[in-house]
Amino acid sequence: MFTYILRRILYIVPIALGVTLLVFGLVHIAPGDPLNAVVGPDAPAEVVEQLRRAYGFDQPLPIQYLIYLGHVLTGDLGQSVATGRPVAADLGRALANTLVLSIGAALVGFTSGTLLGALAGWHRGGLVDRFATILTLIGVSVPHYWLGMVLVIVLSVELNLLPAMGMAPGGAAGWGFTGEHLAHAVLPVITMSVIPMGIVARSVRATVADVLHQEFVQALRAKGLGRGPVLRHVVRNVAPTVVSVLGLQFGYLLGGSILIETVFSWPGTGFLLNEAIFKRDIPLLQGTILMLGLFFVLLNLLVDIAQAALDPRMRRS
Amino acid sequence: MTFTFSRRLVLAGAAAIALSAAAFAPATAQAQGTLRIGMTAADIPLTHGSPDNGFEGFRFAGYTMYDGLVNWDLSTADKPSAIKPGLALSWEADPKDTTKWTFKLRPGVKFHDGSAFDAKAVAWNFDKLLNKDAPHFDARQASLVGFRAASIASYKVVDDLTIEFTTKTPDSFLPYQLSFILMASPAQYEAVGKDWAKFAAQPSGTGPFKLEKLVPRERAELAANKAYWDTARVPKLDKLVLIPMPEANTRTAALLSGQVDVVEAPPPDTIPRLKSSGMQISSNPYPHIWPYHLSRLPDSPWNDVRVRKAANLAIDREGLTELLGGYAVPAKGHVVPGSAWYGKPSFDIKYDLAAAKKLMAEAGYGPGKPVKAKAIISPSGSGQMLPLPMNEFIQQNLKEIGIELEFEVMEITSLINRWRAGAKAEQNAGASIINFSYATVDPFNAFVRFVKSDLHAPNGVNWGFYADPAMDALAAKAQNTFDKAAQDEILGQIHAKMVDDALFVWVVHDVAPRALSPKVKGFVQAQNWFLDLSPVTVQ
Repeated sequence: MFTYILRRILYIVPIALGVTLLVFGLVHIAPGDPLNAVVGPDAPAEVVEQLRRAYGFDQPLPIQYLIYLGHVLTGDLGQSVATGRPVAADLGRALANTLVLSIGAALVGFTSGTLLGALAGWHRGGLVDRFATILTLIGVSVPHYWLGMVLVIVLSVELNLLPAMGMAPGGAAGWGFTGEHLAHAVLPVITMSVIPMGIVARSVRATVADVLHQEFVQALRAKGLGRGPVLRHVVRNVAPTVVSVLGLQFGYLLGGSILIETVFSWPGTGFLLNEAIFKRDIPLLQGTILMLGLFFVLLNLLVDIAQAALDPRMRRS
Repeated sequence: MTFTFSRRLVLAGAAAIALSAAAFAPATAQAQGTLRIGMTAADIPLTHGSPDNGFEGFRFAGYTMYDGLVNWDLSTADKPSAIKPGLALSWEADPKDTTKWTFKLRPGVKFHDGSAFDAKAVAWNFDKLLNKDAPHFDARQASLVGFRAASIASYKVVDDLTIEFTTKTPDSFLPYQLSFILMASPAQYEAVGKDWAKFAAQPSGTGPFKLEKLVPRERAELAANKAYWDTARVPKLDKLVLIPMPEANTRTAALLSGQVDVVEAPPPDTIPRLKSSGMQISSNPYPHIWPYHLSRLPDSPWNDVRVRKAANLAIDREGLTELLGGYAVPAKGHVVPGSAWYGKPSFDIKYDLAAAKKLMAEAGYGPGKPVKAKAIISPSGSGQMLPLPMNEFIQQNLKEIGIELEFEVMEITSLINRWRAGAKAEQNAGASIINFSYATVDPFNAFVRFVKSDLHAPNGVNWGFYADPAMDALAAKAQNTFDKAAQDEILGQIHAKMVDDALFVWVVHDVAPRALSPKVKGFVQAQNWFLDLSPVTVQ
């Protein structure tokens, strides 16, 4: 197990390097001048050139990449072109805010999805299954920005039960465990949890149904085991697949949803990315995508380890 | 049987009720006198005195915390705003040598940090934009507002309250341009460790509001500066909160659910809903024009004045205004007829299909022989209103007279790039129209930059490479005329010539709709891009 973990950790190095290269490449291939959006429309060409030199955008791309890599390795994500603030500070705050949303959405979406999927899989073909299938189908099909807006219109505007936007009253900054903060999180969390709920439920249902049809389950039943013990065996066999789905879904949630965060003015990574894209703020864009990419890599590692711990067969492969 | 509540139980119950009430009634009463504004920008505009995010940045993060030597008079909604003394009491160009300007400064003004405002501070602020060798020179700020001071060759502190500017050539527009150069505190810059990013977090200007708290992308809290030098403009509010909300529907929902008190630019189709909830809708024409800027290169179809006039006559501006929920003013030129610079054009811009068709026929075009033109447009952007439906509407209108429009749609930042590059640039090959809305606040930016032949790219933004010696002469004359009334007269001649030669296809002026909660009182929407929030109260 130990060597397995070590090997997986070592794999991270080339993957992370690949991520930096990909991020850098994509951001620079995208059309648009990084200075264009941040200088005034009437800024004279001479001033723009001066800024270009100041930010090092006049260097050849390979050189820019190496400089960038050097900075990243020393923990420096650079400064935003648009605001002059360090990328790391803005990104840290945004990540924390998105973390609140994604943990909330994961709690709601994963629990309901797993329960729904397990019930549906266990009672395949039954009424529960059909109800759950419809619900999950809605979950994965409804555009979540639309759902967000409908929830806002009904619950905030018409009924005035919950706040329509922001993280706290009047857009107050930072998370805290107060009633007001929780109230602000309700709508975005629900909106965000709908898709993972649908996806998790569907894969849990399929896996449970699949495992239930395997011979060992028949054997267990034939042996005379009751419902409870059989369920325990099924859970053990379903868990590795479900964990990998959950890990992947959590990765997507962490990416923050540009649409949801924009609809709710939630100052997370999606909100940040949206602005960085519009302003062609290359350092901010690179830093954000890189961090999210590395989060994915890290999550995959954790999922791999969890899977190996749950399923001895994985360790041997 | 007696039944007593223990003190602890009562408190716990009260706490539980309070907590659930807090959870389910987020829109409870705010402190008196706090105005919360939902802005269209996605971030708090830069707060160091040279705002980004266009004029919305100046509106909320500029003139709130800072003053220029020259300010805008935003006290009335009845007529277009004019400039007035700000941190300068008076200014004058030397009649013998009009490149020499003397500005007398206002005595007794203090920055928010308590340090005194004087001529040295003024010179220091120009150094930050123009003097590349100054330790506090900031290329980013220079790129944002430095072009406003492009005509300045040098400046000299004469005494504590007098500063002298020398321009490269006579430039009577200087006072207008100086209204965009805001005075930041040199003492505060020193105090925060000579770092503009830190200064932006703890800025110090002379304006009616002081920054109390800044959380990037989330909120900025400004407190009233009760010691503001202009006693008539000391804010009645205690506090001003700026919240970025780039999504228009989010802004509307936030206002309706009571999370903000004012929202900028609600979508026109939500206005009836806002009104039915008792919201106030404020709008007023302001110096804005939504035009087609035409190419005048040899291969452009717009070199025949009859075609240009026909296009101007073919647009059903009333119908378009209806499409915008009534929130627009049909254009009669580059500026509105009430403007001091409107002049007396003879070409009457209106919807007259018969006249338009006649002009097209005279020019040799018709149903069998259409004019083909490609327009560069954007799907959104500050000042662009609702560009896609508007352009499609115009496409239909122009088709009626045999002008076939084709669109090349691009994001606003790319469009700005194409605009700066000029019609001749390779990337603009084939395009003879750019649809970019303009602020017509000051004479240079309203007219001169588009009509002078020495301002073709890359020297300026005369996008279409228009050149006319008569117009050059008029522009030079205006820039050389230092008497305001005489200058307005010449600007009127420039405008009349622009209209009579149909240099643009003018469509509508925006009216900057904003929605306010019924609790907001005393709000005055000046005919300008900027606002004075001093008289506002929230009940």
